[in-house]
Amino acid sequence: MAEITPEVVAEHGLSEAEYARIHEILGRAPNLLELGIFSVMWSEHCSYKSSRKWLKRLPTEAPWVICGPGENAGVVDIGGGMAAVFKIESHNHPSYIEPYQGAATGVGGILRDVFTMGARPVALLNSLRFGAPEHPRTRHLVDGVVAGIGGYGNCVGVPTVGGETTFHRAYNGNILVNAMCVGLARQDQIFYARAAGPGNPVVYVGSKTGRDGIHGATMASAEFSEEAEARRPTVQVGDPFTEKLLLEACLELMQTDAIVAIQDMGAAGLTSSSFEMAARGGVGIELDLDRVPTREAGMSAYEIMLSESQERMLLVLHRGAEEAARAIFAKWGLDCVTVGRVIERGEMVVRSADREVARVPIAAISEASPVYERPWREGAAAVPVTARDVLPPMDHPSALKRLLGSPDLGSRRWIFQQYDHTVMGDTVRGPGGDAAVIRIHGTDRAIALTTDCTPRYCALDPRRGGMQAVAEAWRNLCAVGARPLALTDCLNFGSPENPIVMGQFVGCIEGMREACRMLDFPVVSGNVSFYNETDGQPIWPTPTIGGLGVIDDLDRVAGLAYRTEDLDLVLIGESVGWLSSSLYLRDICGREEGLPPPVDLALERLNGELVRDLIARGWVAACHDLADGGVYVALAEMVLASGIGADLEVPEDCDTRAGWLFGEEQARYLLAIAPDRLEATLELARSHGVLARRVGTTGGDALTLDGGSAISLDVLAEIHEAWLPAYMAARRVAA
Amino acid sequence: MRAGVITFPGSNCDRDVAVALAACGARVERLWHGDSELPALDLIVLPGGFTYGDYLRCGAIAAHSPAMREVVRRAAAGVAVLGICNGFQIMAEAGLVPGALISNAALKFVCRPVALEVASTNSLFTAAYRPGQTIELPVAHHDGCYVCTPDDLKRLEDEDRIVFRYLDNPNGSIADIAGLLGPGRNVLGIMPHPERAADPRTGSTDGEPLLRGLIEALN
Repeated sequence: MAEITPEVVAEHGLSEAEYARIHEILGRAPNLLELGIFSVMWSEHCSYKSSRKWLKRLPTEAPWVICGPGENAGVVDIGGGMAAVFKIESHNHPSYIEPYQGAATGVGGILRDVFTMGARPVALLNSLRFGAPEHPRTRHLVDGVVAGIGGYGNCVGVPTVGGETTFHRAYNGNILVNAMCVGLARQDQIFYARAAGPGNPVVYVGSKTGRDGIHGATMASAEFSEEAEARRPTVQVGDPFTEKLLLEACLELMQTDAIVAIQDMGAAGLTSSSFEMAARGGVGIELDLDRVPTREAGMSAYEIMLSESQERMLLVLHRGAEEAARAIFAKWGLDCVTVGRVIERGEMVVRSADREVARVPIAAISEASPVYERPWREGAAAVPVTARDVLPPMDHPSALKRLLGSPDLGSRRWIFQQYDHTVMGDTVRGPGGDAAVIRIHGTDRAIALTTDCTPRYCALDPRRGGMQAVAEAWRNLCAVGARPLALTDCLNFGSPENPIVMGQFVGCIEGMREACRMLDFPVVSGNVSFYNETDGQPIWPTPTIGGLGVIDDLDRVAGLAYRTEDLDLVLIGESVGWLSSSLYLRDICGREEGLPPPVDLALERLNGELVRDLIARGWVAACHDLADGGVYVALAEMVLASGIGADLEVPEDCDTRAGWLFGEEQARYLLAIAPDRLEATLELARSHGVLARRVGTTGGDALTLDGGSAISLDVLAEIHEAWLPAYMAARRVAA
Repeated sequence: MRAGVITFPGSNCDRDVAVALAACGARVERLWHGDSELPALDLIVLPGGFTYGDYLRCGAIAAHSPAMREVVRRAAAGVAVLGICNGFQIMAEAGLVPGALISNAALKFVCRPVALEVASTNSLFTAAYRPGQTIELPVAHHDGCYVCTPDDLKRLEDEDRIVFRYLDNPNGSIADIAGLLGPGRNVLGIMPHPERAADPRTGSTDGEPLLRGLIEALN
């Protein structure tokens, strides 16, 4: 084997101190394979060495949480003996280098995280952040990422039902591709990745191992430079067809009593899957690499242990169950090979060509991995911009039209039409609403799903931004009538070695922590993606929140669309005209600044519970949460979804009209209520101490303000639908 | 009425269509592509999905499975066969219907509701609709552009075998063809998904007359 020089250590992304520690743990110098194993296991991606200290502060428990962070995915009780299994994960770095395969394998990985726990995946969502539209790579990245997400999910046959997409120059050099998957399982059929029973066979299933993706985890743990392009070979290639077979074969095997533990081979492949299963079970594993199915001859032990070939799983079976497992996998045309066994002693022993090629203590690698207390400091505090200091550069209907046709608020139809969102036959509400609603198969109940984050707020005030991201996810679930249960987070940041970035991370976590606590909305799974920066330019702090809630009665689901005229529009929550850091201030006034809106969590909870109550009573004809663009944009979106116009009445007593129309105060909803329910609704709000006021009426074929300033439905729809298809089509002209 | 739904490697609408058929009153059996013998059936369904990952050509590998050899024999003997989406592609590859399905004109996957005209009610599959009725069914495919030779097209039109036409063609299919019959009128290949439009909870129910009408006709 090659000599371990300081250069080789550095190439493995290990510091001198870390190398010294390896030496200490082994009591000798590691060989190259052992160095590679330490390198991936101690990479930021696998070890959370910069974030662990802070992640511990997040609330993770509630009576309905069955399994919190630390497993392949989080598990919550959704009633009726069923559980929802879900997680969100980033695939940012690979997607920038090779957008189709990067995004596709991101979907593949998150699907495996869910079905490895015994759940059938029922929904996919994704949160995408691209660079500025005018950046020369953006169009190519949008095209490839969207095609990759669709190409994988559509083929496996799991509906892609929601997500978000925004554009900003902060992501020019580092796009974000965060994929979320939700599965359903019976509570008594959850599978964990905890190896046990010395002598039990360790079984490899799925695709053969190739030379692809070696050191992907290390790549995801370093910042980009001009050389990133040269890392293309570290991007894996996905095969959704094999994933579908693997999914069906695993779920079929899970109907038997064969499995002790199961874990997918994701980042750092065979290495991390075997280590993590052994570490959780407090046992060791012995592997014989000569038995691992490989795609080509002559692969070294190093390559086999570190390959990130996709669509593979590692299982620990009960002794004697191998034959039954082999029969099931053979039926699905997949390899199923015993490659090792569980051993008593807590060591990983790797053999190849009848030689021992690595021997590493498990506990030392997983528990004694480095933990860093990175220095951090807060950035400059944002100053509020008051609405009276904002001079509207155009009339309000013109501003609305510009916002609705802007990159961040334009219709996402061009994207979601490329995703199969109706397969599996349980999509009650697909893309385009506040939250997607998926029926729990064979019942009259449902789960609701959303992904949210407003990076603009996080950049200006990380604590407030983190809090807002959680609150908005919670609010979006309430807006469809769901009881929010738990969330999964994907924390995307720049380099943790930069104290300002670390300060953003700490701030976001603190804000999230407060919101999770106040809203009883714990974190049950997640992932941290650091080093999203290029040549020293970090992305905006982006803690993506994937929220999950439950709906007990499918007859009581709200959506954006109302079906009739002459309904009363009721605004829930307080409007003071908070234009500071709003989309209006940025996109209409050209000012990207200001303190984000305050998040009053007690108010958030009060208002959300009232809205849920109203929906459960069947009084709500339509509901939309207020977010980017404020009440005017929210109503325009409801009008578009309904195909029926509306009139918005601006209160005489408002401070400024622009502030009232476009302000982004939190904890607000816009409801459409039948006239005979209006008084009761306002009365119920009063009795809950919630501010509610009538602000308009539905009807006609235009969106009007105080009966005037009409924008016809046709014009509204045309503007809303135009931007993205035109932007994507422009490529052909340029080519 | 016994219906059999065949699962191929990569089928992903097999459960959906089995659920929809059962809800419409059929006795549904799930069948495996590797079985060369099939039980006695009144209806055979080739479901949607991505059999063999669409490798080689959509439906090309599945068309050679042992079960398909039997399906071709049964179809010739008059048994009703319904191919939806990838099932339609398999049918075309197996020669049960003329023509072929190629990449959408826009070269992108398309998932959305489409408006269709029921162009002929003269079949087991469409008798429950009104002639010329406009219905809405979802499509979800990348390779749904139907093509055939001018001679085939003329024969299809002369024999009244085009039963569904797009009113808003999502994929560039020739003559707006969305669904067509085999020569014996007992075989339907259709690109949109009737099984995804048979439940008021999830949207349109315009696919229900196709499934329910078929089951009643075969009872």
